[in-house]
Amino acid sequence: MSIAIRSITKKFGEFTALDNVSLEVPSGCLLALLGPSGSGKTSLLRIIAGLEHADQGSVLFQDEDVTLQAARDRGVGFVFQHYALFKHMTVFDNVAFGMKVRSLPKQEIHARVHELLGLVRLEGLGHRYPAELSGGQRQRVALARALAVRPRMLLLDEPFGALDAKVRQELRSWLRRLHEEMHVTTVFVTHDQEEAFEVADRVVVMRQGRIEQVGTPQEVFDHPATPFVMDFLGNVNVFHGRVQAGTAHVGPFQLAYDDYLHDEPRQATAYVRPHELEIERNPSSTASLQGTLVQLNPSGAVVKVRVQLDEYGIELTVDVVREQWQVLALRAGDVVYVRPKSARVFMPSAEYSI
Amino acid sequence: MQGSTHHHSLRTDATGMHQEPFWVRCVLIGMAYVIVLGLIFIPLIYVFYQALAPGVSVFLDNLFGDPDTRHAIWMTLTVAPIAVLLNTIFGLAAAWTLTRFRFPGRGTLLTLLDVPFAISPVVAGLMFVLLFGMQGYLGPFLRDYGIQLIFSWPGLVLATTFVTLPFIARELIPLMQAIGPDEELAAVSLGASPWQLFWQITLPNIRWGLLYGIIQCNARAMGEFGAVFVVSGHIAGETDTMPLRVEKLFQEYNNPGSFAVAVLLTLMALSTLLAKVLLEHYLAAQDAARLEEASSVEGTT
Repeated sequence: MSIAIRSITKKFGEFTALDNVSLEVPSGCLLALLGPSGSGKTSLLRIIAGLEHADQGSVLFQDEDVTLQAARDRGVGFVFQHYALFKHMTVFDNVAFGMKVRSLPKQEIHARVHELLGLVRLEGLGHRYPAELSGGQRQRVALARALAVRPRMLLLDEPFGALDAKVRQELRSWLRRLHEEMHVTTVFVTHDQEEAFEVADRVVVMRQGRIEQVGTPQEVFDHPATPFVMDFLGNVNVFHGRVQAGTAHVGPFQLAYDDYLHDEPRQATAYVRPHELEIERNPSSTASLQGTLVQLNPSGAVVKVRVQLDEYGIELTVDVVREQWQVLALRAGDVVYVRPKSARVFMPSAEYSI
Repeated sequence: MQGSTHHHSLRTDATGMHQEPFWVRCVLIGMAYVIVLGLIFIPLIYVFYQALAPGVSVFLDNLFGDPDTRHAIWMTLTVAPIAVLLNTIFGLAAAWTLTRFRFPGRGTLLTLLDVPFAISPVVAGLMFVLLFGMQGYLGPFLRDYGIQLIFSWPGLVLATTFVTLPFIARELIPLMQAIGPDEELAAVSLGASPWQLFWQITLPNIRWGLLYGIIQCNARAMGEFGAVFVVSGHIAGETDTMPLRVEKLFQEYNNPGSFAVAVLLTLMALSTLLAKVLLEHYLAAQDAARLEEASSVEGTT
C-alpha cells in the first residue's frame, strides 16, 4: 500500500511542526524519517496514522483519501516509542487485542497469536505481563500486536530508541529481515543516521518541519543536498572559504564550482568527510596542509586520527586505514600533512539568490 | 569502598539529626498523644458511651423506633450513593476531557473545578436556594413543569453533589496525566471503539484511583451538613438526613437519640476509613510485588 502526503501543514500554537510537507512512500518500501528532535518527523508519522490531524493538506493510502478517516478505521499498525503495551494484560492478550475488538473467532485469534509470537521469537511467554519482560522483548510484543490485525502499513516511532546497543543492533537486522519476508510498507522515525542508513530503502531527512532531502541511503550519503544534511550525517570537517568565477578557494586548495560563475567573490563552506582526507609524511601537492597529530584512536576498523592545523587554527578528523597507519608508523606529536581527496562546497542559500 | 564510607557517613549524619535531647522528644511525643486523645479518641468514646449508656435496647429503639430517624437514615443512604454515582460519571468525564484534549479555557476549567472546595457549603446551599427556590430565578419556571428542587430530596442530591464534586475528578486528573494517552492511542489504532477503549484500557488502568476517589467522595457525602441544611428546610420525616437529624435531636434535648444517630454515622464513616486503609495496604503490597517481580526479571536476563 503506497502512501502519499500532500502539502501537510501542522501547527501547535505558534510552533510549526510541519510546513507544507509532501512525500510519496512507494508500496512495499521501508522508509526512514530522519532528523533531529523538533524536526516534525514524529508529527508526520502520527498524521499518517490518524493519531494527529493536519491543519492543511491530505493523506492518501493508494488512491484513497484518508485525511478525515479516524485512526481506528485506517488499518495502520503503529509501534509507539515506549511501546505502550497494555500493562494489565498478558502478552497473549496484548497481541490478541486488535483481533478481539474485531470479534474474530476465538480459534482464529489463538492460532494467529501463536503464529506471531513465533515470528517475534517469544514462544512460551504469552502468559507473562509486560512488566516481566526485558526492553527488547517488549519491543517485539509491540510489533507482534501491531502486525496481528494484518495492517495495511507499519509505522514505528523511534523503534530502537530505548534499547541498549547490542539489542538495538539485533533488532535492526531482524526488522530488516522481517520486512523482506512480509513486504508491508513500513515507515519508521529515527534521529540516528546510522540506523536509518542500515535499515531503510529510502531515507527522508527532515529539519524544522520541512523535508531537506529524499533518496536511497547511498544517494543521501554521497550527494547530500544541503549543508544541513551534510552536517547531520555527522563526522565531517568544515572549511570556510570563498567562491569566485566557477572556482572554490578553500585554504590552499581549489575546487571547480560551476554553480557560481560570477566574478564577485562570495563566502562558501566546504565539507570533507574523515575518509576523504589523505594523511602523508611529506607534502605531495600544494593542497597538502601541515599539522600536528594530536590523538590516535585505533579501536575500530579504521584508525581515527585528530590533526591540529596550526596555520588555520582548526582541528581535523581523519580516518586512516589500518595498513596505512602501520606503514606510516603514526604517533601522537608527529608533524604530518593532510590532503583532501574530495570535498563538497555549499554557498549560504540567502546569498546565492542574487 | 569509597562509596560505602560515604554512605556510612550519610547515615550517621541522618541519625545525628534525630538525636534531640531526651526531654524534647518526650514533650513532642507526649503532645501528639494528648492531642489525639483529647480531640479524637475521648470525644469518640464519649459519643459511644452516651448513646449506649441507657442500654443496647434503648440505643436500638432510639435508632429504629423513631420514624423520623428511620427516614433520616434512609435519606442519607439514598442521597449519598446518588451523589457518588453522579460524581463518578462527572469525574470520569472531566478527567478525560482535561487530560486528553487541549482546548481554549482548559486552565480556567481546571481552576473552576476547585470552586466547591473553596466555597463554604452554607454559601453553596444558599446559592441553590436563590437560584431554584420559589422566590428564586428558576424556581417558578421549574414549578410549572412540576419539579421542586428546594425543600425536597432532589435538592439534597444537588447540594451534596456540588459539595463533593471535585473529589473524584481531582483524584483521576493527576493519575491519567501520569499514565499518558499512549495506551489509549494504541488501542484506537488497533481498531477499538470508544466504548471498548474505556472498559478495556482506560478503566483497568485507573480503577484503584477511581475507587479511592469514590470512597473519599462517599465519606464526605454522608457527612455533609452545611449545604444540605440550607437546601432541605430540615423537614422531619421528609428532607432530614442523618447529620441534620443529629443536630435536631440535640436541639430538642434528646441526647440519647442524638448520640445514637451520631454513633451510626460515625460507624459508617469508620467503615469507609477502614475500606480506605485496606485499599492503601493492598495497593502498597501490589506495588511492592510488581517491583520485586520486575527486578527479579532484570536479574535473570
